[in-house]
Amino acid sequence: MSAPATHFAEDAKRVAHDLRHRGIIQTAMGKYEVVRDQRKLWFQDWQGARNLAARTKFEAINHLDKHLAEFARLLESRGTRVHWASNAQQARDIIFEILHAKNAKVVVKSKAMTSEEIHLNDAMEKAGYEVVESDLGEYIVQLREEPPYHLVFPAMHLTRGEIKDIFQKKLNDAPSDDPEALTMVARRALRKKYLQADVGITGANFCIAETGMISITENEGNARLTAALPKTMITLVGIEKVLPRLEDLAMFLPMLAVMGTGQPLTCYNTMYGGPRQPGEADGPEEYHVVLLDNHRTLLLADAEQRDALGCIRCGACLNVCPIFRNVGGHTYGTVYGGPIGSVITPHLRGLQDWKHLSYASSLCGACTETCPVKIDLHHHLLQNRRNASTPKTGKPSLLQKLAFKLFAGFANRPSRWSLATKLGRFAQRFHGVVKSGAFDPAQGWTKTRDLPPVVKQSFREWWKEQGR
Amino acid sequence: MNERENIFARIREALTLKAHAHHGHGLPTVTEHRQVMPPVGATAEEQFALFAKNAADLKATFKPVKDEAELGVELKALAAAEKWQRAATHNGKLAQAIAKTLVLPTILTNDGYDKHELERCDVGISECDALVAQTGTVLVTSRSAGGRALSCLPPHHVVIARREQLVPDLSAAFALVKQKYGGNFPSMISFITGPSRTGDIERILVLGAHGPKKLTIFCVG
Repeated sequence: MSAPATHFAEDAKRVAHDLRHRGIIQTAMGKYEVVRDQRKLWFQDWQGARNLAARTKFEAINHLDKHLAEFARLLESRGTRVHWASNAQQARDIIFEILHAKNAKVVVKSKAMTSEEIHLNDAMEKAGYEVVESDLGEYIVQLREEPPYHLVFPAMHLTRGEIKDIFQKKLNDAPSDDPEALTMVARRALRKKYLQADVGITGANFCIAETGMISITENEGNARLTAALPKTMITLVGIEKVLPRLEDLAMFLPMLAVMGTGQPLTCYNTMYGGPRQPGEADGPEEYHVVLLDNHRTLLLADAEQRDALGCIRCGACLNVCPIFRNVGGHTYGTVYGGPIGSVITPHLRGLQDWKHLSYASSLCGACTETCPVKIDLHHHLLQNRRNASTPKTGKPSLLQKLAFKLFAGFANRPSRWSLATKLGRFAQRFHGVVKSGAFDPAQGWTKTRDLPPVVKQSFREWWKEQGR
Repeated sequence: MNERENIFARIREALTLKAHAHHGHGLPTVTEHRQVMPPVGATAEEQFALFAKNAADLKATFKPVKDEAELGVELKALAAAEKWQRAATHNGKLAQAIAKTLVLPTILTNDGYDKHELERCDVGISECDALVAQTGTVLVTSRSAGGRALSCLPPHHVVIARREQLVPDLSAAFALVKQKYGGNFPSMISFITGPSRTGDIERILVLGAHGPKKLTIFCVG
């Protein structure tokens, strides 16, 4: 097993048995499910909207070159510096060059999963910059020196008590464990940072080709302030985020909100098309957009799974996934968790090291069913399993062959099948003696699950009894 | 080759393999959008009522006033109730005139301002580009609403809108932005839907995470 696979197996086992974790996740998800379903009904035709969204993303991704060129051209025409990074190192170098040129000391950030992808915070802190995450959830996990737990709810796994503790420890300011009081602690602390910061770094949810704008969706106003107060603004965004037209947002913004948090619309949806323009009151003097590939073009080259680039990072597939809900967000060990993470991580970081994620699924298809842009998630997991198999691993072992031969021997002959059923019924009475212990022949299954009882009467027996 | 060319070369190479369009071809029209999106009502009255309902659900305060005189009275009452000491606004005709009647130390953001001073203001008073009935949203831009920070930094954002600025849905709002600003867009266009909020602690709603704790929308006419 690869090192990530071993970590996954160990953490999954530990978290799945953690009842406290389960309670927290179930409470959070329960609230989410109720509002999400209400909001879906608010649409005249939610399934129709998903179709249109999938169609729009198909056009965007399958003409990525055209849209990306237009997006960059328009941004540049209004004074934005557009940078291109093939990998994480290049993206960090570009950002460091800007920080250096601006003689920056304090950097304020609004939520950007791309920055997690290139380990930007770590690198900036090591280089001596003061870096502050401004999204409340991100700020909390930053103080705890943890990665975000979930794409949309970074601190979902924490209780108010734990958050109070970390505020007390790191900020020496935690009047109570009331969520409002705790939020105000963060508000006060971060206000100072916005005013001090030399550079603001953001991510982006969409890039609008037609008008040369990025679009940021957020609830707190932290991205608004990050983009308003520092003299230099940097947006780090993946190349796949393009939407062809401004009006496409009329559908994508509400869909992202409904699926992400169950809101009709997120509080602030803001489009930025450049630095402060002539005649404007404020805004950064310099605006840089860093477009990141980092193996996205590898996923693009896989025509079968290309639709995964249409992901709007709403997190809906994580929320419905029975695996995510049992093993938790940190177990994945990836930037993008849950079903979408399991699909794209092998493309972004290497198929052989991350192929175990293709099995982090019950193939129930709940992810595919909920995805607002109709990414065929659970089939992509199957395709990754297929793609990861080598001539060696692709063949069944001798033991597997034997087991299936034996099974076939019973399943193909009604008389033997009937005998096996009777034997099973008899043997199951004594199963309790060895159940889930070392001598249990079904141990692999019974360690974590119940073995369903063999039916008291099979259909054939019932049929015979009816005398037909 | 520079990185831009490298990335484009990889994209073009990748796209030589064609993907199957499982959900149809072509970009949807605005009419198609409207067939699936949340309904807004047919008449201006229904849409006005919808905006009021949505604003209330979002915990924003929506106050229709019949004219500028009534607006002045309402705003003064609000200033007194909340004990405003300092205000900020911009050189919008309506906003500036009405802010003047408050007789408070007032910052005008248009020609540049000190961000520390703006942070000390109790209220930011701005105009807007549109009100969106479908979602209870206020549309502002860096040009119509005194820059980027005025509508976000002070703890209370007061919007002065005119009744004719109400548009039915987001599609109409984007069409308006395109028509109004054409090839010369403001550097920031923001759809504000209720006061700033967070649910990051145990998914419990708290207003005023980083932006305004209160959003009051006056609608004149």
